[in-house]
Amino acid sequence: MISSYTLILGIALLIIGFYAMLTRKNLIKMVIGFSIADTGTHIIIVSLGYLRGKTAPIIDQAVSAVNAVQKVVDPIPSALVLTAIVIGLAVTAVMLSFIVEMYRKNKSLSIDDYQELKW
Amino acid sequence: MIRNMAVLLAVIGLVAMFLPMVTDFQERENLNELAADYVEGSINDLNTPNVVTSVIVTYRGLDTLGEVTVLFLATVGVGLLLKGRKEDMIRISSSELLGTTSSVLVAMIMILGIYIFTHGHLTPGGGFQGGVVIASGFLLMLLSNVNVKMNHSIMHFVESFSGVAYVGIGVAGLVLAIGFLNPGILPLGRFGELFSAGAIPVIYSLIGLKVGSELTSILVTMGGEK
Repeated sequence: MISSYTLILGIALLIIGFYAMLTRKNLIKMVIGFSIADTGTHIIIVSLGYLRGKTAPIIDQAVSAVNAVQKVVDPIPSALVLTAIVIGLAVTAVMLSFIVEMYRKNKSLSIDDYQELKW
Repeated sequence: MIRNMAVLLAVIGLVAMFLPMVTDFQERENLNELAADYVEGSINDLNTPNVVTSVIVTYRGLDTLGEVTVLFLATVGVGLLLKGRKEDMIRISSSELLGTTSSVLVAMIMILGIYIFTHGHLTPGGGFQGGVVIASGFLLMLLSNVNVKMNHSIMHFVESFSGVAYVGIGVAGLVLAIGFLNPGILPLGRFGELFSAGAIPVIYSLIGLKVGSELTSILVTMGGEK
């Protein structure tokens, strides 16, 4: 039940992020849109790995090693999201550096002032 | 106008794409075969209580090596783009209170980060999380004390050392154990202890050092410090 709500939340964030990337003119706002969409995909992936009534895949007092397979959620989406978060951070850092460099050259943050790649 | 219509169409397309995902969504009841295998293998073969760690460091170890490479490339990219940037920033020296408090806090944040990445195989956490915590300690230092001087050669040494050692452990697994990045090169130890799970804590600590130093150098570059 709860994972269908988080799935809807993730999809909503993804669509909001894409909408922001498509409509905003400010470069930094576009990066913020990318970040929101990124978070949305992470929430979607984690929701797909949830199993009803189960707990985190870490063996301790709450989950004994004997019947761990019956008690834990899917560890693979969590591992994938951990990877995706770091990659998202790296991509965001590179995008922001590009924006700093573009601002230094043209003194503008509006996408309308960068027509070189327009067709 | 055409632009707005195109945006609207794109958003409607996205909604239509994801609608079946929501309507057909059913919560799964049981682990699939691969995941069950990973959970059992993590307990029986690798002695690692944290299954996510064993997936990241061992089963998907090559992915993680690639991921660390991507992070390294991002660091290089940021450094290349922002190289030699000298902004006319107004730097106000921090007050006594702020400087002292932050230097006390930085030490604690570093210890927390080291704790998180050395216990990555036992508790929630690991190299990436610990590395980010360490970088946040450096960020506090950069923000609160404008006169801080980073020793770049130590930072670059830590970064290259951990990267080379990570690949070295992978190759050692190829020679001494059953495959690349296999943690069986060190004794597995007792389940749930700090020095157990073979090379997993070592690899995760190296990842933690690498992520911490790389993110710190991104922050230093973005801060415009020479």
